[in-house]
Formats: sequence, structure tokens, C-alpha cells
Amino acid sequence: MSGTKVVGASVTRTDALEKVTGAAKYTDDVKFGPGMLYAKLLRSPHPHAKIVKIDTSKAEALPGVRAVATGQEFNSYIGLYLLDRTLYAFDKVRYVGEPVAGVAADTEDIAEEACKLIEVEYEELPAVFDPEYALDPQAPIIHEKLGEYEYAPFIFPQAGTNISNYFKVRKGDPENAFKECACVIEEEFYVPHLQHTPLEPHVAVAKYDHSGFCTLWTSSQSPFAQRNLLAKALKMPYNKLRVIVPYLGGGFGCKAGVSIEACVIPLAMKASPRPVKLRMTREEEFFCTFVRQGLKAKVKIGVNDEGKILAMENTYYWDAGAYTEYGVNITRASGYSSTGPYNVPNVKADAYCCYTNHPVGGPMRGFGMPEIHWAIEQVIDIICRKTGMDPVAFRAKNALQGGDITVTGGVMHDTGLQKCILKAAEDLGWDKPKHEAKPGKRVGRGIAAMWKAPAMPPDASSGAILKFNEDATVNLLVSGMELGQGTHTVMAQIAAEVLGIAYETVRVHTPDTDYSPYEWQTVASRLTWSMGNAVKMAAEDARTQILKLASDHWDCAPDNLDIIDGYVIHKGDPSKTQSLKHMVIYGLTNKDGLLKGGPIIGRGNFIPPDVSALDKETGQGPKSVVHFTTGAQAVEIEVDEETGVIDIKKVASCYDVGKAINPMNVVCQTIGGIYMGLSTGLFEQLQLRKGNPANNSLADYITATVMDMPEEIFPSFVEVPQVDGPFGARGVGEHTMVPTAPALANAVYDALGVRIKSMPVTAEKILCELKVQRLESQTV
Amino acid sequence: MKHTITLNVNGQKYTVDVEPQEKLLDVLRDKLDITSPKKGCEMGECGACTVIMNGKAVNSCLVLAVESQDAVITTVEALHADGKLHPLQQAFIDAGAVQCGFCTPGMIMSAKALLDTNPTPTEMEIKEAIAGNFCRCTGYKPIVDAIQSAAAVMKKEGA
Ligand code: FES
Ligand code: FES
Repeated sequence: MSGTKVVGASVTRTDALEKVTGAAKYTDDVKFGPGMLYAKLLRSPHPHAKIVKIDTSKAEALPGVRAVATGQEFNSYIGLYLLDRTLYAFDKVRYVGEPVAGVAADTEDIAEEACKLIEVEYEELPAVFDPEYALDPQAPIIHEKLGEYEYAPFIFPQAGTNISNYFKVRKGDPENAFKECACVIEEEFYVPHLQHTPLEPHVAVAKYDHSGFCTLWTSSQSPFAQRNLLAKALKMPYNKLRVIVPYLGGGFGCKAGVSIEACVIPLAMKASPRPVKLRMTREEEFFCTFVRQGLKAKVKIGVNDEGKILAMENTYYWDAGAYTEYGVNITRASGYSSTGPYNVPNVKADAYCCYTNHPVGGPMRGFGMPEIHWAIEQVIDIICRKTGMDPVAFRAKNALQGGDITVTGGVMHDTGLQKCILKAAEDLGWDKPKHEAKPGKRVGRGIAAMWKAPAMPPDASSGAILKFNEDATVNLLVSGMELGQGTHTVMAQIAAEVLGIAYETVRVHTPDTDYSPYEWQTVASRLTWSMGNAVKMAAEDARTQILKLASDHWDCAPDNLDIIDGYVIHKGDPSKTQSLKHMVIYGLTNKDGLLKGGPIIGRGNFIPPDVSALDKETGQGPKSVVHFTTGAQAVEIEVDEETGVIDIKKVASCYDVGKAINPMNVVCQTIGGIYMGLSTGLFEQLQLRKGNPANNSLADYITATVMDMPEEIFPSFVEVPQVDGPFGARGVGEHTMVPTAPALANAVYDALGVRIKSMPVTAEKILCELKVQRLESQTV
Repeated sequence: MKHTITLNVNGQKYTVDVEPQEKLLDVLRDKLDITSPKKGCEMGECGACTVIMNGKAVNSCLVLAVESQDAVITTVEALHADGKLHPLQQAFIDAGAVQCGFCTPGMIMSAKALLDTNPTPTEMEIKEAIAGNFCRCTGYKPIVDAIQSAAAVMKKEGA
């Protein structure tokens, strides 16, 4: 779209000043006075056990203890897509770390001491730690009542099993198609559990006053989902639960839905009216909030002798953990995206959401896509190596294009995927000779493509309220969270563009459910598109009101008017200009001398217009999701043959963002995504030993540091407009980490000829594979 | 047993009663309402709580409050005290080095401690100076760029 002024400009973030001066407030920075209590949770030491008895009497008797809560009192079910979780553990515990009881006390030390005084008698049960084993008829059942749980209509739990969602795709005739293939590759891949590790650990404060009104301050990506799920579980009227969320110190998915809030409100109810604060230690953060699910993937791809993909048969076993209230939808997303971004006429896909006795799997940046692309993009690389086809040309050839039929039978919208693949390759220098490696090192290049749709229910909607002030500055009320991605800036730009005012004059607020309009959740990279549409509507609504006032004032048609730099102007009569100041509150007199107007308040609401259900047996339907953001990333590495240590030299990436509302923000998201992709690809893994976390500290959970970042990064984007997006925009926050890890693994293969199928690509694994390679070459 | 300590934070003198095991980070946040140093781990592993104490960048979650008797402490709040942004703050804004912002105050204090003693650091020296500061959002590159350009600006201003 041309002719925009501030949309498309790399303006400074609206929140930057607050953040560099220390003025920005996060939940833990809010003060609650001397009456505040501190909460601690007693957690299950067992991965799977019956709770035989809980005795809290000694804890209650400890001086300074003000409330103790357990599942005996607070056992209502809660969940986003499947209500399989209780506020506190009730009859059973299903993972190490599950909250069994909570204490609120005058100090943290007293609360901790009191937790130790709670006596719990357990009867240990056999546990499940492998998702494929979870499906075995011999495996212990983790949720006996699965058949009785409430669930969303697009989730398919299998009562009497450990499968809480089963998503199937049956398209074309893969069995016969494989027979026609010149090359068929089938491989198995593994992705471990991760933890999002936002720098700000989860923290929540609840206050329940004597009138039964509850306020929750929490570090959440989802104030309205919090209110929805918690009010329902606690049987509160929605307008008696108020959720306030200040700035977030990162989330990456682990602060979506509800987690620790379910434990703090019961304590606040019992300690009423004193506020109760529950803050995760870093150790707890690693396994007691959401983690990224593990995945075992079996991927089979067949191509004909022209290098065209004819068929795929993919099975995804999600290690979804003890509760899958949120994770069931990751399974669904992996099903409807199961082919990756390719045109595949024949598909069989089975995605299983498997209960295990692992920590609770939840959404993480990419929502299943980094995991399945880890497998798909490596199998494609194997095919290219085997058949001698160029990995870039192969991907470009098979890339989905506008008008192609997707895996779920819908028509793909226009997309710049092919351009992205070629651009990332070009920026990396794919066709140029590799630089000379230092002695003992090898240079390798790899590429991977991706797609991802916002995964959400069909009714995930957005609201926006735009209020003018006397000086024509604006307060924009929305409830999408600013968690670092820059959404406040983007919303200010959209509003300013429509209203003809400076974006700096638009202040975007962090939400308070009592005053801010509804927003489903800040997840799925959906805000630019969904909330952006609502903000655009709100601004257009305000603009229409303003132009109507001015046209009545001047007695002319509104079509002749425009708003430029804060002034209403008449396009045909330069003598007519009217500052927005004053008039946006106090109105204007019309030709009859009557005062018209009043405070200008714009409203906007948006709901996805045309998503339809998919058939339960085939996964087919006209439109599975709102849209897909596509892209690609290429990586060049140098790897040491003796140590297996990888040095990332160059990363080039390109995504189709539809329209970059703020190009600098897109670049920043891309660099951050590359970092997270490399970190998860090279190092990250939450080690679980029989369900017990073994590396739950920042010292032991290895992440990429400033030293591991590539010397050169080439972030770029293309803009094939999203027809129903604001100014043509679609989201790009999560996507930027999706192809990184498989591109890296492909580069390792290019350098050394070894294939690492289990994430992360550690030096140890490389050395081990090199040894195998040497032994094999000796025996030949 | 409580101790009474006197410390200088951002140019102001404070006298506070502290417990023997109390951490400087908690004194700053809870008793003085200086909340820019953040709690990311309380184990000295993330750098979110970094402040400058007697000229050195320290993890305030590891400093016992009693050790800060008579100490001169600077947090990011002081850099903007006269209403003008410090070159580091401006550079962080311009380079896109701020996303969620939770690491930012600590990151800026580590960078300031570096530039105070080494006004022309190499890229490697910058990386080493912030190696203890965890950032999960930015990918670090914009932060390194920001510190480099702040150093250049400060050199020019000082010259
Ligand atoms: S909170 Fe001090 S280093 Fe993390
Ligand atoms: S900006 Fe979020 S942790 Fe650095």
C-alpha cells in the first residue's frame, strides 16, 4: 500500500523511553503496602501418585500463617480447550512440581516453613514418560475421567486412553502415490522439552475484598482469558473479577492461558481482604509453569523424478505432559500444518496429544511449528542430498503458492514464500563459493522454509476503544499485551495513520479488564492482524465522527475533508482548516449556530470472518485458519572437526509479513527469533529424569549468549498483502525462530555429512556421529 | 538482629534497618522503591539486578545489604535525573536494543560501568562486559551496536 505516512515507517517504540529510564512498571514492581502476604506452594515430589491424605493442621498453627489452601476445597476444573486441570491437585498428582497446597503468610520464610509442615500421604503409581508408550494399551492411564471432561468442539479426546486430542488428515491417496515416487525417505526425529525462560518469572497478586470483589495483578499474556477461565472455575460473576496486567518481561507463550493465578486466588479468598503475592523462583519457573512439549515425529516424504513432492505420511507424538488443557491445540496445529509450506497432493497425517507424567506442556513461540519443521525440513534436505537436487530450488519448486490446495483442502492465499526462499539463499550467498575453512574446520550451509498460521478458536476476537483528549492527544485502550514485540507502537501507528495525527500523540495502555476492551489473548502472532483491524476500525469510527462535525460546521460534504497533521482541512478550500484540539471534546457549532459533538470516542471490534470447521475423519474443510505467514532462513556455519563446536557465521532470513507496519520492529523480531532459534537449536533442553527436572537453573539450562550470535545477520521481508489485514499486514513474531534449527542441522550435514535428528545439535552429538561415520568408513 | 546501614543511592543518602541476610536488591526495591533493578533469578545468574556499586557493576541480588554500608550506588533511574537521556539510553532506543525491557536497566548499568572505565572498548570487550546479562528478546546484537554507538557519542561529546 503506498501513500501511507507513518504506517511503514521505522518509528521509535512508544515504550522505549519508559523502559530505558526504569519508569516502566512490571507486576512485581507494584506496591501493595504492609498488609501484603507472601505465598508459597507445596509441590508434588512424585510424577504420578494418589493423594491419600493431606494434613495441614501444623502449618495452620504456625504463627504468621494466614491461609492454607488445598485441592480438598479448591478442585474445580479449569482449562482453555479441555478442562482437565484442577486449581490444586485433587485426587492425584500427575507431575513432579504439581501444586498440592498453598500457604499465605506474613513473610516468604514463614510460608516456606509452613509448606514443610504440611503432611501429605501419597500412594505412588506407575508413570509414563514417553509419548509413544502413552498410547500402549499396557500404559497406565493418567486421566481416568478424560471421557467426562468438557472440551472445545474442534478437539477430539479419546476416552479411556492417554490421547487427549487426535487430529487426522486424509487427503488424496498417499499409499498409491508413494508407489509412483522416485525417492521416498522416512525418518524419525526427536525434540526435547524446553522452557521459555522469559527474564521475568511469573508473578501474581490477588486481593479478595469483603464484598467478594477480586482483583488480580499478574504477569500474563492473557488478561481476558484469565478472567474467563478463573471466573468460570471459581463461579464468580465476570464483573467481580478484575485483571490488571502491567508491562510483561517477556512471555514467549508461557504466560498465556492460566498458570499460577489458579493457586493464588484461593489463598486470597481465604486471607481476605489482604493481598497475596505468589512469585515463581527461577527454579520453579522451569518446570512448574508451562514448558514446551516434547515431540517424537515420524516423517515420510516421496518425490517423483522431477523433484515434485507427491506424498507425505507424518505421525506426530506430542509429549504433552500431565495436563493438556492448552496443549491439545498444539496437536491440532501440527495436524493442519503437517506438510510444512508445500504443495502436497496426497497426505496422511496423525497427530496425537499424549498425556505423560511430565510438566505441563503449553504454548511456546511457534506453537508446534519449530518442532514439526525440525523433522520435515531435514527429510527434504535428505531427499535433496540423495537425488542431487539443490535444496533451494527444490523448496522453491514445491513451495505453496496462491491458489494451491493446502493440506486441509483449502485454497492458499497469495504468499511470497517462493520469493522468501530465494531471497534468504541469495543473501547468504548460496550460489557463491564457500569461504576457505581454517585448518580443522569445515564450512556448511543449510536452508529451511516454514509456514505458520495463528492457532486459535474461530471466535478469537479483538476490541479497541480510542478516546480523544482536549489537546487532541489520544488514549488508545486495547488488551493485547506489550511483551516486547512492539505491539503498542504498531497500534499507535495504525491509529495515527487513519486519524492524520502524529503517532507520538497516541498513548497505548496496558490492560485492566474493568476498563479495557476485550482481547482474546496475546498469542499466535495475531495482534497486528486482529487487534490491528480493531484499532483501525476504532480510528475510522473516530475519524468519521470528526469529519461529520467539521462538515456540518462548514456546511459541506465530508468527502471534501481530510485530516492532516492534526488539522481538519477542506481539500478544495485552503482557507478552511480546523485544529482537532478542543473540538474533539467540546464540539463545533453548525451552520444553524447550534453546538454539536461531544467527546470523540472511537470503537472497533473484529472477529475472524470466515474460518470453518474441519472434518473429524479427514481434516478437510474450506478454510482451516485465517492465514499463513511464510518464510525461510539460511545458515552458514563453521564447525570444528575435533571438538564438534559450531561457529555460526551468517544467517539470512526472509518472511512475508504482508505489510511491515514498522520495518525496524520486523527486523528486531527477526534478530530475536534467530537468537531463540539458534539457542534452542544448539543448546536448550529441559532435562527430565523420571519426570524430575535435572537442570532447572540458568546456570544449568544452557542458552545462547552474546558470544554465540552470528557475525552477520541479513534480516529481510517481502510484502504480499494480506487482503483482510490492516494495511495488508499479517503477524511475524513467532515465525522468525521456526526454520532456524533445521537450517542449522542441514548446515551441519553439509559441512560434515552427519545428520543430527534429535534437537539440540550439540557438539557432543556431532562428535558421536563423526565417530560412527569414521568406524563405518573403516569397515567398508 | 537488625542492622542500621547508611548508603548513597543515586545521589541521595538513605538510612535503613536491614536483616543480616537481606539483599541489596530487596532493600532497593522494597524499602527505597527503586524498582529498575529486576529480580530475574536471585542467584547471580541473569544480571537483571545489576547496579553500579562503588564504580563496579554488581549483581545486587548477591550483595548483602550490610555490605553496602557507606556504598555509592547508581541505578538507571539516576541517568535521566536531569531530564536528559544518557547517551547509552538514547543509543538503546535508537538501535532497537529494547524489547520487553526487563533486562534493559541491568544491561545499561553493565554498559555504563564498562564505558566509565574503558571509553573505547572493542566489540569483544563489550560482549564480555554484558556476558552476565541475560536477554531473551533482542538477540544481543542490537545491544552491542547500541553500546558501540553510545561510546562513539560519548567520545565526541567529551572531546
Ligand atoms: S536477579 Fe540478580 S543476577 Fe538474576
Ligand atoms: S529485552 Fe526482554 S530480556 Fe532483554
